[in-house]
This record gives sequence, C-alpha cells and structure tokens, in this order.
Amino acid sequence: MTGVPLIAARGIYKAFPGVQALDNVDFDLYPGEAHVLIGENGAGKSTLMKILAGAYHPDAGTIEVQGNEVKIQNPREAHSLGISIIYQEYNLVPFLNVAQNIYLGRAPRRQTPLLGALVDHKKMHADAETLLRSLNTDVDTHATVKFLGVAQQQMCEVAKAVSVNARVIIMDEPTAALTSREIEQLFNLIRLLKSKGIGIVYISHRLNEVHEIGDRVTVLRDGRYIDTKQVSEVTVDDMISMMVGRSIENLYPRNYREPGEMALRVTGLSSQALRLRHVNLNVRCGEIVGLAGLVGAGRTELAKAIFGAAPYDSGAVEIFGQPIEKNNSPAKMVRRGVGLIPEDRKSEGLALILSVAENVVMASLERLFPRSFVSGKKEASVVDGAIKDLAIATPSGKRQVQFLSGGNQQKVVLAKWLATNSRLFIFDEPTRGIDVGAKAEVHSLMDRLVAQGAAVLMISSELPEILGMSDRVYAMHEGRVVAEVPRAEATQERLLAYMMGQENGNTRNN
Amino acid sequence: MQETAAKKPAGLRLDLSFVYRFSRIFVLALLVTFMALVTPNFLTGTNTINILRQASLSAILALGETIVILTAGIDLSIGAVLTMSGIVGATVLKMDGVPLWVGVLAGVGCGALVGLLNGLMVAVVRLPAFIATYGTMWIAQGLAVVFLRGYIIYDFDKRFRFIGTGYFLDIPMPIIIMALVFGVFWFIMHKSTLGRSLYAVGARQETARLSGINIQRTLILAYTFSGLCAGLAGMLFVARLNAAEAGLGDSLLLPVIAGVVLGGTSLFGGEGGISGTVIGVIIMMIIINGMNLLGINSVWQGPVQGAIIIIAVILDQWGRRAAARQQVGG
Ligand SMILES: Nc1ncnc2c1ncn2[C@@H]1O[C@H](COP(=O)(O)OP(=O)(O)OP(=O)(O)O)[C@@H](O)[C@H]1O
Ligand SMILES: [Mg+2]
Repeated sequence: MTGVPLIAARGIYKAFPGVQALDNVDFDLYPGEAHVLIGENGAGKSTLMKILAGAYHPDAGTIEVQGNEVKIQNPREAHSLGISIIYQEYNLVPFLNVAQNIYLGRAPRRQTPLLGALVDHKKMHADAETLLRSLNTDVDTHATVKFLGVAQQQMCEVAKAVSVNARVIIMDEPTAALTSREIEQLFNLIRLLKSKGIGIVYISHRLNEVHEIGDRVTVLRDGRYIDTKQVSEVTVDDMISMMVGRSIENLYPRNYREPGEMALRVTGLSSQALRLRHVNLNVRCGEIVGLAGLVGAGRTELAKAIFGAAPYDSGAVEIFGQPIEKNNSPAKMVRRGVGLIPEDRKSEGLALILSVAENVVMASLERLFPRSFVSGKKEASVVDGAIKDLAIATPSGKRQVQFLSGGNQQKVVLAKWLATNSRLFIFDEPTRGIDVGAKAEVHSLMDRLVAQGAAVLMISSELPEILGMSDRVYAMHEGRVVAEVPRAEATQERLLAYMMGQENGNTRNN
Repeated sequence: MQETAAKKPAGLRLDLSFVYRFSRIFVLALLVTFMALVTPNFLTGTNTINILRQASLSAILALGETIVILTAGIDLSIGAVLTMSGIVGATVLKMDGVPLWVGVLAGVGCGALVGLLNGLMVAVVRLPAFIATYGTMWIAQGLAVVFLRGYIIYDFDKRFRFIGTGYFLDIPMPIIIMALVFGVFWFIMHKSTLGRSLYAVGARQETARLSGINIQRTLILAYTFSGLCAGLAGMLFVARLNAAEAGLGDSLLLPVIAGVVLGGTSLFGGEGGISGTVIGVIIMMIIINGMNLLGINSVWQGPVQGAIIIIAVILDQWGRRAAARQQVGG
C-alpha cells in the first residue's frame, strides 16, 4: 500500500477490569480499500474500532489520521475527522423516520428569520433522498425505521455514516442479520463507496465474505495483533488457523442416525397477526431440521407461535405426541422440555444488567432448584460448567452480561437453554455473531444434543449452515412452508428458489 | 481475554464501582460524624435507640417497596394501606372475645389483600403501577376516613402494645420485628427462585417471560409483599401509639421512597436490593431526627425529603454511569 493512510494506529493498549482487551495492536487503513478485521469472540475487534470512533480511550498507543497524530476524545471528534462507525448493535431511533435518523441532531434548519430554530423537513427529505439514491437504494425517506427490514435499516445506517462526509466507515458485523441477497446489495454499496475513495473497515465472522469484499485482512487473537495479509494471499483455512491458533477440521460435524419418536408436529397453523398461513411441519427426536427463508418469511414468528410466546388463530401443535392447548405460555412449554433460543439476544435472550450466572440459570430455576431454594453451590457448578463448555470469555460468573463481547453474549443465551435439559430445541439464528471456532463448537453441541435423543428445529439465514447441519430442510416463503427437502436433495440453488417463491415445493401446504 | 490486570499503563486508579457500591456507608458515616459534632444529644443511647426504633417502622415499609421497585414498578399506596390496615386491625382487636392474634392477623391480612389487588391490577389488568397504586391510595385513605368518621380507636390490651413499645433483651420490639422481616426477605431475594424471578422480571421482562418465568405470579407476589409489610407496620404503629386514627400513615410514603432510592435500588428495576434500603432508611431518619434536634421547623421536612429523592436519583445514575464508564474505559 502506498500513499498516506487514512488511519494509522500503533501500539494500542486497552484494559477492562480483569481483561486485557487490546495488547499492543497495530492497524491501518488506506483510501479506497476494504480492510477486514477478524478474530474470535472477545478478541478485541469491537474495542479497537470503538477506540477509533472515539467511544473508548486507549490506555496507550498513537493514532494518526491522514498523517497527523490525533487524540480522539469523543464520537463527535471522530465524526469531524471523517470517521463513522456502524455498530454491531443497530443504533437507529425506531420511532423516527429514515430522514430524521440520517440527520439526527444535524437536521437542516429553515432559512427564514424567526423560524430558524425549526427543522426544514422539505430540505431534509430531499437531501436524504439524494443521498439514498446515490447509494443505489430505494428506501423511502418517510418510512418509520421500526417498520423497516433489517437490510433497509442497514442501508440507513450506511447513509447516515456517509452523510457526515466520512472518509472512513467502520462496519462491525454488518451482515450478521442479513440474508444472502441483502448481503449482495451491501457489497455493491461497499464497492461503490470504495470507488469514491472511502476506506472501509469490515468486521465479520463470515470468513467466506473476506475474499469477496476485502483487500487486506488483519487478524487479532486474545487482544494481540497476529498479522495483516493481502486477501489474495490467504485461504479461509489460513485465516482460521491464524484466528484460533489451530485448524478446525470440520465446521459441520454431523452424525446422521435413524430418527426416533415424534417431538414436534405442527398442523395447519395459521395466524393473521403473525402472517402465518397453514403451516405444517414436524421434527423427530434425533433430527436437526432446518428452516430456511428470507428475512420476513415468518420463521421467527412461527418459532414464537410454537413456543407459546405469540398467539395463533388456528391449527394444532403436538409436543412429544401430546396435543398442546392453543396459545400456551412459554412457562408451560419450558416445563414440557421445549427451549427457544431467540433471534434477538439483547431484548429477548438476555437481561443485560444481570450477571452471567443469573442469566444462565434463568430458564432452569424450577428444574435446578425444585424446592425453590437456590443452592449457591449447585448454581456455581452449572454456571462454571457452562463457562467452560462454551468457552465464554468472562472473568467470572458475576460479571454483568452487558460487559461481554457480542459473541460471548450469544454464548450466554445458548448456555441458558442448554442448562434446561430440554428435549426439543428451537434455535433461531444460533450462531449469529459467533466466531468460527465457537461455531464449530455450537454445531458439534447440536449434534451431541440430537445424539442424546433431543430434537432440534434450526432457523438460519446462512444456507451453508442449513445445508451442513440439517437432516431435512423446510423452506418458508411469505408465511407458508413451501417445501420440504431431504438432505440428499438439498442444494443452495434449490433452497434459494423455494425461499424466493419461484418454485412450488413437492409438499405444498395449502 | 487474558485474565490479567492491565499490565501496561496501569497507574493508580480508583475503582469507581467499589466506591459506588460502598458510597451509602460513607454517606452514613459522614452524616453520623457531622450530627455528633453539631448536636451533643445525637450520639446518646436514647437518641440512637429512638432513631432506630423509628427507622424500623419505615424500614419495614421500605423493604416491601424495594421489592416492588426492583420489578420496575412502584407502590404509592403503602401509607394509605398502613392506615387502613391499622384501623381494620384495631377494630377487630376491640371486638369482644376475639383473641389478640386474630386482630393482628386481620390488620396484616388486610394489607396483604390490598397488595394482592394492586398486584392483580398491575399484572393481570396491566395497568401502569403508578396509576393502579395511586388509585388504591385514595380508595384506602378514603375508606379509612369514612369508616372512622373523625373518631379515634384507642386503648388496647397491654400484651398487644408490647409489640410496639416492649423490649426483648433490651432491644425494642419494632427493631426485632424489622430484623425478622429483613431476614425473611433477604432469604427470599438471595436464596430463593422467587428472588431470581423478581430480579429477572425487573431487569428485562420479555427475556424473563421467554425464559419460562411466570411474570404474573411474580408481580402479584411483589405487590402482595408490599401490602403485607404495610399491614404489619400499621399494626406496629397502632401498638406504639395505642391509638388508630385516619392520619396514621400520612407523610410516610415520602421518606420510604427516599430511603429506597438512597439505598441504591434503581427505579428502572433489576438493580439494587434490600440491604441498601435499610441503610437508606436509617440515613433518612437521621436527617429528619437531626432537623428536629437542630430546631429546624418541621415544615422544612417535606421540601428536604423531596430534594433528597431527586438528588439521590441523580447521584445514583451518575455513579452507576461513572462506574460503568470505567468498565468501558475513558
Ligand atoms: N465495556 C466493557 N467492559 C468490560 N469488558 C469489556 C467491555 N467491552 C469489551 N470488554 C471485554 O473486552 C474483550 C474484547 O471485547 P470486544 O467486544 O472487543 O470483542 P470482539 O472481538 O468484538 O468480539 P465479538 O466477535 O464477540 O463481537 C472481551 O473479553 C470483552 O468481554
Ligand atoms: Mg464485537
């Protein structure tokens, strides 16, 4: 790389109580390049980026922006230096519309005297419109963000980042919640930004994306800088071994076996509110059944209806051969041995202000402590076991979950449901935001679960995961199950066609 | 990810979360020292016992209130429920041939019942806690006035009055009863699954629900506990004053809520606990007692307590954020 780097960070250190999050890390970024940052959960990726964005202060180290050494005190200063960040967790205000979000706190004012304090809505929407069009997106500037799909929200985030005249845009796991088609859109957008000379920092756990979008890749491990390479010089396996310090033989370890008793049978389930139409499916013990579909196909809604967390209008659900009364509660389903690992970990999977331990035992209070008396010893053994089994990076079970890295938070959610000893698990995007090593572990854990006789229904937006893990796959499209595909016949193309409603499946359901 | 402390530019750094956690004890110590210096009577045995005795009644109320606030709710009815239960209990005590314990039980039971109704309104009807308990407050207070029509019920059996005025091993009974209530609640909050559920519901209700926790049961129990505490404190009040009248619980709500927030329980739920509350209430009592000893007109007690609530919440949020910011750097 030649020329003056947009950003050059040298010897960055950052400690949190009990954790050395960054330990002498170097990082630089040139105009027009996409620099991918990879590493295991808790490796320090987000921390490094938050330092560049002014959200955290480094304990030591220097940062140069276009050749000048700077101290970035707060996010506003980062903005004025041309650095924008799109956080791992979305940061849009749900009740405001797209234009208001893009220009939050910076809305254009009316030029008329006396009315200068008022927002010039016309100009704001026109500006937003121009901006969004220049990014080749068709998001409506008047739409309330709450009602937008994840992908469109992401477009707003990018537009917001671009609108401050950013020369550097940092994207922390932008594709975690996107489906393949939306990812393609985002990549086109990134290419466009690159062609304008903007530098992109791209964090992802999806290593196959690195070659598609990256120019250089930097690897962190345990807070330490491992190496920076040209993307063209490394293979996915190289990256994995740099990240994990060893190689991972198999990301999808599966042992297929004869399925047993019927664990879940859904017949004719419909719900107006959830937009589910006459859904039929079943899962047997010993099976992992994949549920594929685009965002908005109704997979999460279906999972919630089955779990008693959202009401449905008609249809029947049977668990282990027992009919379930309509509109049951999660409490009763948990007692029957059903677990739902929800998609949205922050608002549905975790209580962020409680400790790791309190979160881990939350779903198994009745099982672990049948006499309502909490034994500290028993709790500690369950929690410590979970921390060890899932390699959750936390100094102890007492730490508040909000201080864990994104992937480790996800592991806490998994730990919570594994502690329940359930026999039917519904996993909704179980490996979102999890690093490859942990992903392989979660997968082998799922395989172990079904080997022990449990049944798994797995929702995933990653087709390779669906293909690699499932005994059978159901494809959903607009609230219907449109196809059931056995493992032998499942291919990426075929599933995609069903998911987009282009083809009718062999077991059409209505 | 390594389990080592900062090894590079560590330097001397005050651990703010530690300071935050023990800030209440500092405040208490400071206050005691100050009062001891300015008023000679403050540290005398009688005054100390006096403060603790007064504090124990408020503390019983505050313990129940803490549990409700931990679930991200609030119970504004405690003062009125105290009055109503005191009058119900007193009425039953005055009936011929009714054993004393039945009277006490009637008062406590009345409080628990009103608490249960509050709980049903919040958990089942899904009214905002503020509205449900504010309504209950006026109903309970109004019923007490209507029922007594300006009369006072007074002069009770000595054995009943013992729970308010007596001593056991030289310790006033209210203090002992408060300690017992504290013990029971401490056990519930820290050693029972119900305690876990209460914190979970307060910290994030949707997560708790999807984890199979029975939200309605948990909330109903929280409000019932609060009502029960109000009923018990009502009976202790009647026993101590040897009288029941419609103004029994007036001006108790304010110091109780001030004590809870001073004790570090977050009004957003899920954070804090009953141990802090006891200290918070004692601080409040010292302030009120101090104002009396210093001869400050009692009309100032309201404004001072109101200001304390606001300042305490501001300081608490600030302290929490500073401690958290240190966790996240900066
Ligand atoms: N605010 C915080 N307070 C305390 N510890 C923190 C805080 N933020 C991060 N950490 C710790 O610092 C380490 C690095 O976290 P970071 O979020 O940078 O990881 P990451 O590489 O982004 O991981 P992931 O892939 O899981 O998002 C982790 O061990 C994490 O627990
Ligand atoms: Mg991260």
